[in-house]
Amino acid sequence: MARRITSEREFRVALLRARAVPIVTTMAGSACALLPIVTSWPALPPLGLLMLLAWRLLRPEIWHAWIGLPLGLFDDLLSGQTPGTSMFLWTVILIILDFVDAQLLWRDYWIDWLIATIAIIAGISLGYWLSGLGGTEASLLVAVPQMILSVLSFPVTVRLCRLLDTWRLPS
Amino acid sequence: MPPPRNRRPGFSRRIQFGLFIGYVVAIVGAVLSLGLALISRLDPAGFSMMRTGMIDISAPIAAGGRAIIRSSGAVEHGVTDYFFAVSQNRVLLRELAAARRKLIENRGLERENIRLRQAVSLIEAHDDVVVTARLIGSTPTSTRRFATLAAGANQGVRPGQPVRAVDGLLGRVLQTGLNASRILMLTDGESAVPVRLARNGVPALARGHGDGTLTIHALLPGGSPFRDGDVVLTSGTGGIYPPDIPVAIISHPKGDSAAAWPLADPDSPDFAIVLKDFEPPLPPPPEAQP
Repeated sequence: MARRITSEREFRVALLRARAVPIVTTMAGSACALLPIVTSWPALPPLGLLMLLAWRLLRPEIWHAWIGLPLGLFDDLLSGQTPGTSMFLWTVILIILDFVDAQLLWRDYWIDWLIATIAIIAGISLGYWLSGLGGTEASLLVAVPQMILSVLSFPVTVRLCRLLDTWRLPS
Repeated sequence: MPPPRNRRPGFSRRIQFGLFIGYVVAIVGAVLSLGLALISRLDPAGFSMMRTGMIDISAPIAAGGRAIIRSSGAVEHGVTDYFFAVSQNRVLLRELAAARRKLIENRGLERENIRLRQAVSLIEAHDDVVVTARLIGSTPTSTRRFATLAAGANQGVRPGQPVRAVDGLLGRVLQTGLNASRILMLTDGESAVPVRLARNGVPALARGHGDGTLTIHALLPGGSPFRDGDVVLTSGTGGIYPPDIPVAIISHPKGDSAAAWPLADPDSPDFAIVLKDFEPPLPPPPEAQP
């Protein structure tokens, strides 16, 4: 796949693809909430959040922290969470990750997974509180299977993002 | 591998300023969206334009893939059935026994009912159905339990109307788009339905758990009015839900509350029936004092 960019037009297409692919795939992750599954418990991991974290940990330079606002809004509208929940949580997660990046001197696969695990668990639990379920009959235990599923499926998401990344950037 | 240090701004004023502005936007946006989340918690009807629009846009996508539902639901059931086969069998046998008793009881009641109805020559009204439509999706990634119904304002669906399946109550309409609407399921953590025991009419409240089960709280404290296998029906108290729709079957009574399974299984979606708002008949005006 040794592609060469030969013209101005190809350059613009390549640039657009490099910028759009992470955004579009994260939105596609959010759109998984539209799958025609009617479940009585949160059965799918929050794939939008997983894609966001995977892209952010794989390629820290592609996004500013404010990208959490539009992507989170999109996720809120599709997922049925109270509007503003993901907007707030995703942006805060990205800001904190920027801070963590500045502190850490060494990172590898396991540390990335650990960071993602903390972010996923915090994201799901705070999302639960922000949707107004704190103090009702629905305890946070309901979301525990979803958390475990999300943490375990994170490496798969990273794999997917890595594949997309090699396609996204022309050699 | 050390993290890439591309974010270090270097000496360019312009890039430093751009980064700074980026963080300002992010932090201000985060604070505003937290406000948005809190406001929509206090006022669920707010921002409805935005949300109902999205329901309309997303409904065709969900409806398009509806053929998958049965198979995916079947897989989930297939797996869990193996795990709980024995205990489920016991529960079912118990339920069967309860149902048989009930059936005999009901035959008597039916006869009595016919007799009474002939007596008052009552004509039952069947005009309380607004629309019958398919459930086309839910919120599988969220801890809230909403379902999407393939009918909206154009079909006469309004927020607040009760929704039932053939087997029992599903919930009520929360928001409507033009051709799709969002339903607050019975099992959502914020749902509470006034019910009564079918056996003796003890009033209770059914609250959702968010994981497919309900808790039934007796309204009168003390005592243990519930029994394994009891069926609870809507009581019609306070309006919204019309009386005598089956709601749930009780499985684990504990003091004056009990765990229960909803009778309308939300995992195997079928048709949902939207009913008209129920308004309880007004009490007769007090007689004028002489």
